[in-house]
Amino acid sequence: MRHVMKKHSSPLLELRRPIPPAWYWGAGLGFIALFVLVWVLLTSLGLVSRIFLPPPLAVWNELLRQAQSGILWQDAGVSLYRIFVGWLISTLLAVPIGILMGNFQFFEGLFEPFIDLVRYMPAVAFVPLTILWLGVGDTQKFAILFIGTFFQEALLIMDNVKTVPRELIQVSSTFGLSKWEILRDVILRAAMPGIWDTFRITLGWAWTYLVVAELVAASVGLGYRIMRAQRFLETETIILGILIIGAMGLITDYLFKLTYKKLFRWAVQSR
Amino acid sequence: MSLPKLHIQNVSKRFDLGGGEGLLAVQDVSLTVQPNEFVSLLGPSGCGKSTILMMAAGLEEISEGHIRVDGQDIEGPGLDRGVVFQSYTLFPWLTVAGNVRFALKKSHLSAAEQDDLVRRHLELVGLADFAAAYPNQLSGGMRQRVAIARALVYRPQILLMDEPFGALDAQTRMLMQELLLEVWQKDRTTVLFVTHDVDEAILLSDRIYVMTARPGRIKAEITVDLPRPRHWLETEGSLRFAELRREALRLLHEEVRQEGRSKNIR
Repeated sequence: MRHVMKKHSSPLLELRRPIPPAWYWGAGLGFIALFVLVWVLLTSLGLVSRIFLPPPLAVWNELLRQAQSGILWQDAGVSLYRIFVGWLISTLLAVPIGILMGNFQFFEGLFEPFIDLVRYMPAVAFVPLTILWLGVGDTQKFAILFIGTFFQEALLIMDNVKTVPRELIQVSSTFGLSKWEILRDVILRAAMPGIWDTFRITLGWAWTYLVVAELVAASVGLGYRIMRAQRFLETETIILGILIIGAMGLITDYLFKLTYKKLFRWAVQSR
Repeated sequence: MSLPKLHIQNVSKRFDLGGGEGLLAVQDVSLTVQPNEFVSLLGPSGCGKSTILMMAAGLEEISEGHIRVDGQDIEGPGLDRGVVFQSYTLFPWLTVAGNVRFALKKSHLSAAEQDDLVRRHLELVGLADFAAAYPNQLSGGMRQRVAIARALVYRPQILLMDEPFGALDAQTRMLMQELLLEVWQKDRTTVLFVTHDVDEAILLSDRIYVMTARPGRIKAEITVDLPRPRHWLETEGSLRFAELRREALRLLHEEVRQEGRSKNIR
């Protein structure tokens, strides 16, 4: 039977079968290379106008120009600062609220209807209101990033807390621990890896809200650079901005994954 | 008769399913466990035997009746009762030694005394060499051995075990049963053990309560008069074991068959 099966299907496309790592990584890199190749062909053969899609080289030159003039570092620094502060405010509130919601039904009943209502409101729609209330400074940017991440983050942390197995809590109470000790020494410890992963995911969302936060009333920042370039039809600047936001998001994501493996070795299945 | 260590008296359990009468899981169950006695609750799956154990542990509310330890009504979980669960309940962020030591949090012992107790109990279950390992590096049988050491380390008066070997493969289960016999032979803790495995109940117990299908009631009581110490090979081969086994199976089979009929399974 095995023999027959092997003859009729490709070894790379077996159902849920691992493939050689060279193929795995090669395929991923190859797809990106293919994407760039199509980009090169479209632009070098003159199939699309430069205004719609500049060649990769133009984007590269724009990168060098911005790096040399220092604009890039200034934009990246300011955006990183805004994202970090906005996300931190959101996290400092979402962690205690999510923990309360996950452990006490009262708090779940208290907060969930409100959070469910607000989390479907588009963050971009809050731009005029936040400017009205908070002015045009960084506080308004923090507020948009907060609105974009907090509500989802609180719900995710609630779920992280709820996935701690009931038996783990029960067995702890047979050791004579009070509910606060169980909350601190068992539930929080057990939920920590999940919460850390929620940090990674929500920080990623904060990156996607950057352009919204810097949409209006900004004079520096990666998102602002994109919005300004639109006005002057500097398409290569737009593409560069998008690529840099993507790359920086990827880096922060990777840092969280790396620290996860270091901090929570016990949570990584070894078998 | 002396005062029983554990006395379950006319206990019923009704689960509220939101409206209606609710589900009667346990009906008017009475049983006793004498000091240093090993007693099993044997019953078909879903008969409420685990629910009884959880009520005795103080982890599940009692709808009617009393559960007493040394004549005192229990109030929630307590250090007088140790519990071993069917599912793996080790704390994955603590080492094997850390898990056992965790149970001593409320013990007021010095660090040296705690270390000594932890070491002794890991030796008892044969895991002294694995003190620094993490649960995700252990097999299922080893995890349950740590759980047993952890439930014994604070010296509870009663050990409550809820199908602790149910998730293990047949060979590991036999080894674990012998290990439990060996451990019990040494300190003779009072044990209430829940199982649906007839052979396991006979091998381990002094007495067995056989339960009916849901709602769970006590159907019969079997005294296991096999000599101790017991071992699988000798004990299982004896004529008396076969008789007890036949008796327990007959009682259990009636219940399983009735349940099957009520569900139209033939």
